[in-house]
Amino acid sequence: MTLNRREFIQLMSAGAGVAAITGCAGTGYGPTVGRVVVIGAGYSGATAAKYIRMWAPDIEVTLVERNGEFISCPISNLVLGGSKTLADITVGYGGLGKYGVKMVRDDAVAVDPVKREVRLASGSTLGYDRLIIAPGIDFMYETIPGLNNADAQSKVLHSWKAGAQTVALRKQLEAMRDGGVYALHIPKAPYRCPPGPYERACQVAHYFKAAKPKSKVLILDANEDVTSKKGLFMAAWNGPYKGMVEYRPNSELLDVDVKTLTAKLQFDNVKADVLNVVPPHGAGQIARQTGLITANNRWCGIDWLTMESVKVKGVHVLGDSTLSAPLMPKSGHMANQHAKVCAAAVIALIKNQPVNTQPMMINTCYSFIDDKNVVHVASVHAYDAAQKTMTVVKGAAGLSDKANELEGAYAMSWAKNIWADTLA
Amino acid sequence: MKIKFAFRAVTLLAAATVTWPTAHAQDSASVRGMAATCANCHGTDGRSVGTVPGLAGVDKAYMAQQMKDFKAGKRPATIMHQLAKGYTDEQIEQIAAYFAAQKK
Repeated sequence: MTLNRREFIQLMSAGAGVAAITGCAGTGYGPTVGRVVVIGAGYSGATAAKYIRMWAPDIEVTLVERNGEFISCPISNLVLGGSKTLADITVGYGGLGKYGVKMVRDDAVAVDPVKREVRLASGSTLGYDRLIIAPGIDFMYETIPGLNNADAQSKVLHSWKAGAQTVALRKQLEAMRDGGVYALHIPKAPYRCPPGPYERACQVAHYFKAAKPKSKVLILDANEDVTSKKGLFMAAWNGPYKGMVEYRPNSELLDVDVKTLTAKLQFDNVKADVLNVVPPHGAGQIARQTGLITANNRWCGIDWLTMESVKVKGVHVLGDSTLSAPLMPKSGHMANQHAKVCAAAVIALIKNQPVNTQPMMINTCYSFIDDKNVVHVASVHAYDAAQKTMTVVKGAAGLSDKANELEGAYAMSWAKNIWADTLA
Repeated sequence: MKIKFAFRAVTLLAAATVTWPTAHAQDSASVRGMAATCANCHGTDGRSVGTVPGLAGVDKAYMAQQMKDFKAGKRPATIMHQLAKGYTDEQIEQIAAYFAAQKK
């Protein structure tokens, strides 16, 4: 009997399937060789679910998500600037159906890594051979006492998860008097989307310049300097937005007085008309509860070959919740790339095949200076076996020379393609 | 003795049969993974839905040459001159072969 490679792998897979799982009848699938549960259908979770099914249709994938639609954080600052609406950055989950991803709209409330089960808020449980946790971030409001209640949080918004808060912040800006101050607080790095706050300052300034030209944008940055695309953002603040945007480094937020919209800093109190605070944050709650946190009481350490937690076997972590590799930003683009490395590794592990020892990832971040002109930062990351982490390939990184419209078109094309790559 | 030899031969044969396809599977998985790094901007398997060009079905030699020109700074670019430097010429050939084989 001679087998070609394809037949051989099918035979191997079928054999592994018998060992790995039983009782998967009635799923509407063909024979399956393993079950994967993914928690969170953002840039990383949805991509992982899609790519596992695309590359291995014999693996069953269940994707658990509490929201009914995907709302993109990238591009959401343009809703604040007024050139996009929430509908423009919203994508349905229907496209994942054609890959055979099973969507479950529910909240994952607990993980039992010994029984290999996820418990959902509805009370049911999902068994898995491999679990992928991609919960994004949760805010650490306990570090800002005045904001540590629901009423305060409805007045001083973060808008750092796109959705209702994006629209609510836009409404606050629209209601603000001309001559008012919009203050934005940025937490210490690492935080989600390093250039995002600076892009937001530009977008609000873009809106003010047209609608409320006497108003000011005040950036209160806990960091000692602009953390991303510094020269390009400074060029905007000293160019088209000169006199409108003020940047204050080393402005760590100690507390907030919600009644007077005052940010309490170490040496100063700053009163605003619209106060927007991005609170310090860490890995999403379900990652914390599952015991995956390894660094700074915030982030989940992983093996970069497989994205598997270094603490809990059989559980992989993706996206912003991970303890970032050197010079690796917490971005939607990066999250999507994490997912593909993880998808390939999970397939290999389930099928007892060797895991790729040379994974690669790209990051591309576009930031809109106004409604048309855009700047980018980009880098290529490869696995470094000696350091056991991803590092930037020498020479393979860079920025735009200056803001330009061509990259404005590319940025919107990027959004369309990454939304499709993640969800369709 | 004879039995022992036969046993060893079977083991060797089994080992050979196992190593060949899995090593091959890793190679193709690694190329597939590299090609997937392009998908965020150029579409899943190179099928772009935006204004950025798709890569699916593009001639292998043409694509490899463009990448090498980006890398050498011979072809002007906004971003590709930076990203192309992340891949060796051999990796570029493999990625180009992968996309050439994809349906448009």
